[in-house]
Amino acid sequence: MARNGGFSRRRRSGSADGFDLSPTDSEEAHVLAVDDSLVDRKFIERLLKTSSCKVTAVDSGMRALQFLGLDEEKSPVDFDSLKVDLIITDYCMPGMTGYELLKKIKECSALREIPVVIMSSENVVARIDRCLEEGAEDFIMKPVKPSDVRRLKDYMARGFRGESCERNNHKRKLHDHSSDHLFQSSSPSVSPASWSSTSLTSGSADPSSPPSVSSSQPQSPLIASSAPSSPSSLEIWNHRPDGSE
Amino acid sequence: MDALQLKRQLITFTELLFREGFLDEQFHQLQQLQDEKNPNFVVEVVSLFFEDSERLLNELAKALDQQNVDYKKVDAHVHQLKGSSSSIGAQRVQRVCIVFRNYCNEKNVEGCLKCLQQLKHEYAIVKTKLEALFSLEQQILAAGG
Repeated sequence: MARNGGFSRRRRSGSADGFDLSPTDSEEAHVLAVDDSLVDRKFIERLLKTSSCKVTAVDSGMRALQFLGLDEEKSPVDFDSLKVDLIITDYCMPGMTGYELLKKIKECSALREIPVVIMSSENVVARIDRCLEEGAEDFIMKPVKPSDVRRLKDYMARGFRGESCERNNHKRKLHDHSSDHLFQSSSPSVSPASWSSTSLTSGSADPSSPPSVSSSQPQSPLIASSAPSSPSSLEIWNHRPDGSE
Repeated sequence: MDALQLKRQLITFTELLFREGFLDEQFHQLQQLQDEKNPNFVVEVVSLFFEDSERLLNELAKALDQQNVDYKKVDAHVHQLKGSSSSIGAQRVQRVCIVFRNYCNEKNVEGCLKCLQQLKHEYAIVKTKLEALFSLEQQILAAGG
């Protein structure tokens, strides 16, 4: 099951390695959006595209996993396309829920670094907690707002190997699902059948920028965040050791 | 009518729709996502909403017509309709869905049937209003506005 790739790195513009990507190509994030509702898919896709994201929208958890190469027995192909910078998924879906999809992603060492955000129309604290504990970066109430999408870009911009960060009061103790090392291989995932996505960006992550945390709900934070950020987003970098704050 | 008069009419009409609760802020969000490169975005999303709603209303009628109503199924359909109406800002439809789900929880078939009727009614109204809105926009374009 463990695969490499499906995970994109940002290439710094002006890279000295001679690869010739246009600035736009190298800076556009690729978001995989998962929602069984056609109306919502269209909406989130447009919303993300106005934030200069490339978007692949699929209608189920199964399709998402197929896209990520998780359920195919193929060896990784060595090209840079179709890497995913963020997965945003609806919670309530027939078949596989967003939570189940989240779990599957976090159980896979090749994919677990990809930030996953859950959307829901229902503000159920237990549900939110469960998702955050499982490693979701954030839990967004539907309908999604442009301000939510701006927050998402922050997750993607900061790179993926964050240090442990402060949490807000939504967080319970995070369970790290594996004792794997933090470093991820850069091989891309297998290219699936064509979806609605466009070709992808790739690049090296910037490991130096610290993640920032703020509350996504109007409640007082447990731990004051030291990073300046908007007051409405929550981030978890899920590869911190157990119990550390 | 010239383009300017039509535009005024559109503004007044849109304000009315918001004031009377047919549409809420989410509809504004949709409009803001539309631009020259995506000039039909609102119409496209709303059209999907119409298709989706009609399908769901049919499914609801069927599900409630059963000898033994499967309330989980009914609730699932209402949940979907609540979601999509919320996504386009069809506030009145969304509100009926909320009440509808309560009746599902209570397994109250009378309440559910009443809500279904209300849903059909609210949906028909918002559909008419939105179609009128889009028609006005088309007229404005045709008048060179």
